Order: sequence, then C-alpha cells, then structure tokens
Amino acid sequence: MTANYETHEHDVLIIGAGGAGLRAAIEALANGARVGLVCKSLLGKAHTVMAEGGIAAAMANVDKADDWRTHFCDTMRGGKFLNNWRMAQLHAQEAPERVRELEQWGALFDRTESGDILQRAFGGHSFKRLCHVGDRTGLEMIRTLQDRGVQQGIDVYMECTVTRLLKDGDRVVGAFAYWRETGRFVVFKAKAIVIATGGIGKAWKVTSNSWEYTADGMALAYEAGADLLDMEFVQFHPTGMVWPPGVQGLLVTEAVRGEGGILRNKNGERFMEKHDPKRMELSTRDVVARAIYTEVREGRGTPHGGAYLDISHKPGEYVKKKLPSMYHQFKELADVDITAGPMEVGPTCHYMMGGIRVDAETAQSTVPGLYAAGEAAAGLHGANRLGGNSLSDLLVFGKRAGKAAAEYAKNAPSGALDSTQIETAEREMLAPFEHKGEYPYEIHRDLQETMQSLVGIFRNEEDLRKALEHLEQFKPRLAQVRIDGSRMFNPGWHLTRDMRSMLLISEAVTRSALARQESRGAHSRIDYPKLDDAWGKKNNIISNQSGTMNLRQEPVREVPEDLQKLLAETK
Amino acid sequence: MSTLENNAAMFDEATLRVYRGGPEGGEPVDYKVPLAPGMVVLDALHSIQAHQAPDLAVRWNCKAAKCGSCSAEVNGRPRLTCKTRMDSLPLNEPITVSPLKSFPLIKDLVTDVSWNYKVNKKIPAFTPKPGVEWKMDQRDVDRVQEFRKCIECFLCQNVCHVLRDHAKHESFGGPRFFVRVAGLEMHPLDGVSRTKLLKDEMGLGYCNITKCCTEVCPEEIRITDNAIIPLKERVVDEFYDPVMMLVRKIRGA
Repeated sequence: MTANYETHEHDVLIIGAGGAGLRAAIEALANGARVGLVCKSLLGKAHTVMAEGGIAAAMANVDKADDWRTHFCDTMRGGKFLNNWRMAQLHAQEAPERVRELEQWGALFDRTESGDILQRAFGGHSFKRLCHVGDRTGLEMIRTLQDRGVQQGIDVYMECTVTRLLKDGDRVVGAFAYWRETGRFVVFKAKAIVIATGGIGKAWKVTSNSWEYTADGMALAYEAGADLLDMEFVQFHPTGMVWPPGVQGLLVTEAVRGEGGILRNKNGERFMEKHDPKRMELSTRDVVARAIYTEVREGRGTPHGGAYLDISHKPGEYVKKKLPSMYHQFKELADVDITAGPMEVGPTCHYMMGGIRVDAETAQSTVPGLYAAGEAAAGLHGANRLGGNSLSDLLVFGKRAGKAAAEYAKNAPSGALDSTQIETAEREMLAPFEHKGEYPYEIHRDLQETMQSLVGIFRNEEDLRKALEHLEQFKPRLAQVRIDGSRMFNPGWHLTRDMRSMLLISEAVTRSALARQESRGAHSRIDYPKLDDAWGKKNNIISNQSGTMNLRQEPVREVPEDLQKLLAETK
Repeated sequence: MSTLENNAAMFDEATLRVYRGGPEGGEPVDYKVPLAPGMVVLDALHSIQAHQAPDLAVRWNCKAAKCGSCSAEVNGRPRLTCKTRMDSLPLNEPITVSPLKSFPLIKDLVTDVSWNYKVNKKIPAFTPKPGVEWKMDQRDVDRVQEFRKCIECFLCQNVCHVLRDHAKHESFGGPRFFVRVAGLEMHPLDGVSRTKLLKDEMGLGYCNITKCCTEVCPEEIRITDNAIIPLKERVVDEFYDPVMMLVRKIRGA
C-alpha cells in the first residue's frame, strides 16, 4: 500500500530541528531508539538560531543566593500562576544540568573571572541567571546540539515538511510529508512522534519570527485529536525594530536592557517609572510591551512610532563586545550607531505560551504516541514567559520528550498505516494545482492584518468577534487558492499548506482570547482590565470534536502545599 | 538626512534581474519592484514572489543575518540578500541576482548544499580531555568564539577557487570547515587532534591563502589569518618538522 511512496521507518520520529527537536533526538537515540528528524529548513537554520539573550538556569555562578526555588517562583510569578507548577519545578531544577551538558558537548559560554559560565540579568529574574554567549546564545546552542546529534547518528530529513499525522485507532503511527526540493511525497512510519515545531508568529504582521513559524505542529496535533492549552497567551516582545519598514518587528534582544539599556519616550521621560518603579526596564515582557504601546498610543512615541532604547551611556567597546549583533543590525539596516545614540523600538509578536497540552513528566500529549516540546507545547510559562526561559525549556523538556518517546516506542507494537489517510493527505496537497482562485500570499497578508489589528496586545470583545468573522471568510478563499508552476521547490505551494495551519490555530487563539474575560499576563482585555480570581483557576482547552473546534475550561492543577509555602515566603 | 532616506527619494523602483531555471537550463528574468526605505534585496525577492512570480524559489529564514540561508550572488558578489541594502547598489541599472555558483543548482536561487553536511560529518566532535575541570579563561574562549560565530551561509565555500574553479569537492573541506576544525582544535578543553584529517582528507594544503573567503564572510571571521594559517602550522609541526620526523622514525611510528 505504501509501495507508491518513498517510505522510512523509525522508532521515534521528531518533527522540527530547533533546540527542542535536536535535544529530543539526542535523548531518544541515547535510549536505544532509531531516530528520524524531519525539518522544514536546512539543519541548523531553525528559529533557535535567533535566540539572543541567554539560557536561564539557577547555576549561582554570579549571584550565589540563586537556586531552583527562586527560579521556580520567578517563573510562576511571571506566568501569573497559570503555569503547570510541575513543569515549572522540573524546569527550574533541571536547567543547570542541561546547561552543563551543553558545555560538555563543546558549547563555549562567556566566562566569569573565576572561569565559570557567566550569567546576566534579565526581566523578571530575581538574580543574574542567563548563561550567554554575547547576544548569539541560540546559535551556540543549535550548533552544539546539531553537531552532537549528527555525530551520534540521527537520520536527518532536511527541507521536508509534514502535512498530516497518520493514525492507527487512537495512536499516532506515522506522518505524511513532502520534499521541498522535488515536491515528491514521503511517508514516515514511527512508533512515537515528537512535535517540536515552534509557534505561530507568522500569523501577525509585525513579528520577530521567520517564515517557518506557521503553527504546523499545533495544527497537526489538533487534527490528530490532541488538546491545545491556553492559546490566548501570545507574547509580544517589547523591543522589535520599528524602522525601516523592511525590518519592522526584527528582534532587539532583551539583553540590551539586561546590560543596562534605558527606555524613554519622545519627551525624554523614563516611562517605566510609571509602570513598574521597582524593576523598571527589567520588568516582565508583558508589562514593558504594554507600556511602550501605551506611550505611542497616547502620542509620546518616537518619529517612527516606538520608544527610545538607549545603551550609549555604556562604553562603546563594551557594547560591541556584549551586543555585537545588535550593533551590526542597527548600523547596517537602519544607519544607527547604538554606541552613540538610542534605538527606536516597539512591540513585536514573538512567542506562543499556549500550545499542545502535555504531561509534565513525559511531555506526552493527550494522544498516545504523540509528544511535544518547546514552544509547540504549553504549560511551563503560563500567561507570560520570562526571557531566557525558552532556551532552558527546549533543553529540559526536549530531553524528557525524547526519553519518554523512546521508552514508549520500546513497548509499543508496530502500528498499521491506513491507505485512505495517505490518499486523503495526497489529494489535499494536490488540489490547489486545479484551483483558479487567488494566490496564497494575498490571504496571508489579510490574515496578518486581522491578527495584528484585532488580536494584538490589547483586545476587546468587539474586535475578537470581528476577527472570528474574518477568519471564517478566509476559509473558503483558502479552499480555492491557486498555484503557479510545478511541485519543484515552489514557495507558493508550500505557503498554501502553511496557511491551513495558521488559519486553524489563529482561530484557536481568537476563541480562547474571547472566552477569557480578564487581563492576565500577555492577555490584556480592555473590556476586562483586571485579574479575575475565578479565571485564574481555569485553563482554556481547545479540542477537535469531529471537525468542530470545541472550547472548554478545566481547573488549573493545584500547587502542592510545600511549593505554595515557598511562593508565599518569597513574595 | 541619512543615506537611507536620500536613496529612497531618488528612485521609486528598481529592476531585479533574477536567474530563473533549473539544472537543465534557465535565464535571467527582469522584474520591476517598488522601493521602500531601507529595503534589502531579500525584501525585493519577496515582493516578486507575492506579486509577480509566486513560484520563485528562494531560501531564507531569519531575515536578520543570523541563520545564513539567503546567500546569493548580487551583481556578481556573494552576499546575504537579507543584509544587502538596495540603496547600496546602483539603482539606475538592473541588479542581477544569481544562485551560488559552487553548488549544483536546484531551482532559481536555490542550490544543493548537502555536500557541506557530508564534509561536516567527517570531523570528530569535541572530546574533552580526560578529567578536565570545567573552568576556562575568557581570553582563551574569545579566540574560539570568533570561529563559533559562523552562520553557515557557505559564501566562503562559494568563492574558494579550490571549489569554484577546480571543483575539488571530493578532496577538500573548504574554509567553512577549516573554521569549524579551528574552533575544535583551539577549544581550551578539547583533547583530540584533527591534523591528520586536515592533511589527508580535508586537503588543507590546497589552500594558497588568497583570502577570498575572509573578504566575503558576513560575520567578519578572519578565516585565513586566524583559522587556516594556524591550522597549516599545526600540520607542518606535526608532519613536516624535521626533528619530529626523525623522532617518529626512531620510534617506528
């Protein structure tokens, strides 16, 4: 039945080759599994490469008083207590060991005077906690993991995109994909699958995310029957570039503020004094993003609609050494010398706190055989993620997912691939070649406008309802989308499939945002501007009920007594 | 007023002459693209995709000069298209955009770079000296961090004449992988020697230090001076030093 397709068989198939996918692959392999790793781009180009500021881990190399308990409390507080407490605990406890492991695999972090890994301050962290390599920590991490994985013997399928998960009864047993280069289809058979495909930033107009960030993994999991959790929580990073237009949204690392950068409005006022006088620029991202947005909306923005971020009071050589890519980015793309004057910055869509609902210990989704880690998974960050907690998330839960998937695969019988599912997957990929509608780029542009203007930093019921109407109108347009050219490396064709994921998950975000009638973390409702204790005890769960998107609430897992005590003590 | 605003004011559109085609052949095609302030070549290519040629094949990811995906030859020079400003180019004539020449063409601006991944696989991974203490001095780390900046855009591979003109892909590693080996060899805690690999399998001797690679590196890694020459010295010390040759002979190694 699969004779018509190129077929590959693995115990564990990992989808996505950023930090989480690579770490999962390494671990699954170490646990005896035959591992395949599928990624949309070339190996080493995943979005992890863009991570700048560092990895949060309570190693106490700089601030001796730091330990996992403080990191746990900071994470819970940053997430407005909507976090899965057990994930927050495991993350804080295991992050230091995961960082040391990276070093033992060849990563070279910046050092302290005594030769240990140097740590820097970051928003919402009580201590200097971010292990870093200048402002290119993500590159160091992905290269280290990539080289380790390749040396250990992972089979890598580069520039290959999964379009459907294949099921045998309740279980996930395989995946249907196409090669970008040839457009040929390929079937993967696997006993367990780990999704590590990142978020959905490309559904917004102003975003720090690359083209790959189209919610593929969340959509695949949803379509396969997995629950999605707290999808309303989308992080807008406070500092993206605002000008020139081509680089709007491009990330300006939080490390600029970590190294002492100051935010001012056009009148020269240090406006964070009004919003968080204690933590100032190093407040959490949700707070700083709203503050900048408010300054601009109330007419105190810079000429290009942002705020000034200034690090030029620090010695020029120091800035170039600690923030080299920021220096070059502004110099080359905006003609601004950040050692001599301020940058103009504004909020940019950056990260998805919501995602596939997983078990804290094993990273298993609600579908047997299906696991998720990294940004594609949800729970650790609650209503708002702290900077630096993403890279540590990738390592801690990538490892856990890889281990659990390998163990599951050991005991799972081989599943059967169903030819009907494969034929359906093939048909839906080929359909656009027959259609005569518009090109996918136009629908993408309209989706970005909708999400940007109606499901942005500040939300209200009217806007969210309007957004749902728009999303409904996009569906028939997407069903008629047309393709020019052949199946050979055809970006227009690739985008049609990405659009399906983006539409689906944008709807999940909008429905969840409409339901949560309160403001918490990154979710700000103008019509419900306060925290609501009742909502603080509820998670939003999205699921696929035979083709219809269902939304329900479930109680947040209760924090056990000892940790509650800890949270109360460190207030 | 910055150059950025000046140039945007002088021209409101540009012509891009983009190579279209595959391994069987192809030709440059002209596209007119409206200009915006600060626009880069990759923005112009995206504009062509969105409005004129939806199947134009281009590799890209971060659009921030951090991932090294969008390499191409712009007006004959190997560049990251995300970092090449339109207003840095002569806009009164067509801007040519062609695929990297040293790798087999797949389609339009996309080439088959899989050879690089095969070379990388040959290099023994970081292997710590037995019983090391995980302490390092920043000064020692600085030297290696320069090599670790590499974003694998493969522009250095593209201009290296050993690959570009002589197609020694089978017996030569190329500047990118000399940089990678240098990063491992000079890692303060690494305990493995890769000099034999450099000499026998990576063809380090083919490099005659013309520095073409250094000139095109978007990360400004001093590939020739800081990576290749020190590696050549290591190979010479180990294999061609007369005293050491004698010692080896006596020991029967």
